[in-house]
Amino acid sequence: MFRFILGRLLQGLLVLFALYTITFFLAKAMPGEPFTTEKNVSETTKQYLRKLYGLDKPLPAQYIIYPSKIITDRDFGVSTSKGRPVRDIIAQSFPVSLILGLGAMSFAIGIGIPIGIISAVRKNSWVDWSLMAVAMVGICVPAFTIGPLLQILIAANVPGLKVAGWGNPLDFLLPAFTLGLVSAAYLARLTRGGVLEILSQDFIRTAHAKGLSPTRVILKHGLRGGLLPSVAYLGPAFAAMISGSFIVETIFQVPGMGQHFVNAAISRDEFLLMGVALFFGFLIIMMNLISDILTGILDPRVRIGKAAQ
Amino acid sequence: MSYISKKTVKKHLFGILIIFSLGGCGGETAVDQATRDGILIIGNTSEPKGLDPHIVSGVLESNIIGSLFEGLVVQHPSQEGVALPGVAEKWYPSNPDRPDEWIFELRKDAKWSDGEPLTAEDFLFAFRRILTPELASDYAFMLFYIRDAEPFHKSQRAYLIFRNDESFPVKWESLKKVDFGPNEKADKKTFNRKGLDHLTAKELETLQATPSHFNWPESVAVEIRELIVSKSLEFAKSGRDLWELINFGATAPNAHTLKVKLNAPLPFLAEITKHYTWFPVPKHVVLEHGTIGERFTDWTKPANLVGNGAFKLKSWRFNDHIEVERNPNYWDADNVGINGIRYLPISNLFTEDRMFYDGLLHITYTLAPELIEYSRTHYPEFVRNELYLGTYFIRTNVTREPFTDPRVRLAFSMALDQEAIIDNVLQGGQKPAGGLVPPFGGYPTSSAVKFDPVAAQKLLAEAGYPGGKGLPDIEFLTTDKESSKATAEAMQAIWKKHLGANIKIKQMEWTSYITNMFDKNYDLAAGGWIGDYMDPLTFLDMWMKDAGNNRTGWSSETFEKLLAEAGQTSDPQARYALLAKAESLFLNERPILPLYWYTRNYLIHPDVKGWDPLLLDNHPYKFLKLQRDTGAMEN
Repeated sequence: MFRFILGRLLQGLLVLFALYTITFFLAKAMPGEPFTTEKNVSETTKQYLRKLYGLDKPLPAQYIIYPSKIITDRDFGVSTSKGRPVRDIIAQSFPVSLILGLGAMSFAIGIGIPIGIISAVRKNSWVDWSLMAVAMVGICVPAFTIGPLLQILIAANVPGLKVAGWGNPLDFLLPAFTLGLVSAAYLARLTRGGVLEILSQDFIRTAHAKGLSPTRVILKHGLRGGLLPSVAYLGPAFAAMISGSFIVETIFQVPGMGQHFVNAAISRDEFLLMGVALFFGFLIIMMNLISDILTGILDPRVRIGKAAQ
Repeated sequence: MSYISKKTVKKHLFGILIIFSLGGCGGETAVDQATRDGILIIGNTSEPKGLDPHIVSGVLESNIIGSLFEGLVVQHPSQEGVALPGVAEKWYPSNPDRPDEWIFELRKDAKWSDGEPLTAEDFLFAFRRILTPELASDYAFMLFYIRDAEPFHKSQRAYLIFRNDESFPVKWESLKKVDFGPNEKADKKTFNRKGLDHLTAKELETLQATPSHFNWPESVAVEIRELIVSKSLEFAKSGRDLWELINFGATAPNAHTLKVKLNAPLPFLAEITKHYTWFPVPKHVVLEHGTIGERFTDWTKPANLVGNGAFKLKSWRFNDHIEVERNPNYWDADNVGINGIRYLPISNLFTEDRMFYDGLLHITYTLAPELIEYSRTHYPEFVRNELYLGTYFIRTNVTREPFTDPRVRLAFSMALDQEAIIDNVLQGGQKPAGGLVPPFGGYPTSSAVKFDPVAAQKLLAEAGYPGGKGLPDIEFLTTDKESSKATAEAMQAIWKKHLGANIKIKQMEWTSYITNMFDKNYDLAAGGWIGDYMDPLTFLDMWMKDAGNNRTGWSSETFEKLLAEAGQTSDPQARYALLAKAESLFLNERPILPLYWYTRNYLIHPDVKGWDPLLLDNHPYKFLKLQRDTGAMEN
């Protein structure tokens, strides 16, 4: 187990480095520079700006300096568009995204998995068909439609809920629901498929034959294997949810991390861009690792270490 | 299965109901509460780049800085171009017939928000700071009116060394045309790229040893080249600051008097000092956290920020809000009408408008064009449509066929059915642009730009393209906004209809668009300009040959002569007449095709009193009041 985790972490480092390389060169390949403005900025001023941000150095030097500063000083550079350290920006916006992501995740699991189980148990009934139809809609309708609909239909009419903003404990409900909805729909379909597959296995028939109650068979034996596809999906999905969503954040005015991905690219803010990309990459790697470990615990067949032998 | 679902659902529903009932607060909106507390809640599009008046350059930052700092004079709350006393109690030119030197008498009770006295020294420090090249301020050029501000900011070392040197063999004037750099496009291996004036002592030594590192024009004699390099080296080695070489125009005869000597007469200097680039910064605080030329210091962090405005910083949550509260040390604190302002960085226009309808905002930054009609129908009393000091136009690239011919440019301009575009596409109540400078004050507004498709066709035929025959495909560069696309498509159809021209629309995201426009990599390019101050010059001087925002390739010596003449004219009416003449010349050549004068559409709650239309939208907050308007928001 330990060797497995260590191996995966080393792999993760390589992935991060590849991610950095790609982001760095893509950022450099974009036309214009962070200091391109409509203002009458003199060439002298631009030169000083480049010097301030270290953008006057040759490319290979810049390529090496950025990661070395992260390792030695935990310095992710200063955002050219926001004028403050990238580390501060991530430190301020990530907790918000984390709360929102956890809320979204709770919605996704709380809605998706029960629906999937019910659909599997009542397979090919009208209950199954209608639930799966709803799930399909959930997957297909984008957040920029659901979000405003929730604002107009629910937030504007339910006292205590605001159409947008962040600060009161209830403010996370609608954005979290919007963000979690797509995942809920995926989870419902994945859970249904997973549970159905398990329910057709011999050991389930054995359990029934032994006289266990149907609920116990489904919850104890069916779910354990039936959740595997969902767990595999949830790792990266969770990473995506807690790193923010541009659309949900701008619709609901949430000060999270998602908007930085888009804004940094538009404003050629390469330090912020690389900072959030690396941070997101790190989250994905960690969540994948956790999801692999959980899969191993749930499924003896793929128990880590033994599976390879 | 049933027992799982029903029970849990019931339990959850109950929980949700409890949460809702806890959250409900009897129908009073956030705005109602804020009005009672005297807090103005205002939409401000985006998170500011910072709160340092010398580093930011945007409107949204200006909105916040305007509450935290105060300049020499203050904008009148309702009268355009009228200045009220700010830090200065009185201001006047030393010689009224030639207003190129101004005296500002500062109030003796002016204080910083930490209680320290505010003196003329703080202004001098602020001016020097924004001009310090290392600070790399985007907006330093706003101070170039002051004597010697420009050569200092641009680090024109050689010029400053030799301009008064009697022993220099030639007159410096003769070297004015020499490009000392920095030149971005120059060969990487030469020092032209970095610029002669920016070379370090070490680099100058290298240059002395190998003169070929710098490309001089033939006209500069070798001995002069050597002299410039050796004297520059001497100066660089001495470790002295360029500041010592200049005769800076701003001085402080005493702690409460500021004297500003300008390069040329400027009857409207007070107008310019309303801009935040002219605001003072607290010398004692800035220097406590860093040096004068240091860009990233902590002096604007919430815990440290000290200002002199009617308000001071209360809280700042990144991307969430900035709140300011009364500054008890403000000289006019007794007359400030509100207790604080909360700025929300709402970038999504629809979200902002929905938040307004939901009672979360007093004033929106803007109103989404798609919601103008809806708002006018449902909330007519909240919608404002006001003229703004800005012009939307289309740049033509006069270095490319067919726009090298002024007749073609005129034809494209005259074929533009401005009203049709405004009424059918923009729908924001914009005004068809009759010229370049939007209407304001005593300046004679131009009406040279008119829709006349018949005359346009005639001109196009005269230029050799009858009915559009022979016209090459024309590329129209615009931004990637949905509204830009709609406007571009409307113009495409109009030019096809009236001139038979084939327009290809090229949409690009902002930075690529700017880069292409700056490189003159376009035929036609959408553009616009918002005035920095209340004077026609803010729209006219950008079309000089070397101005950073010309980008059309157009220039005219007569035009520049007229501007220079206006620059030396003290009488306001005579000056306006000269500027109008320059504008007329510009419009006859029409390197840009004016489309409309901007209007600002936004929503404002009737609780806000004293928010009157202002062309620059620079409302002085201290005059505002918040009073419950009984008829408001009943729907």
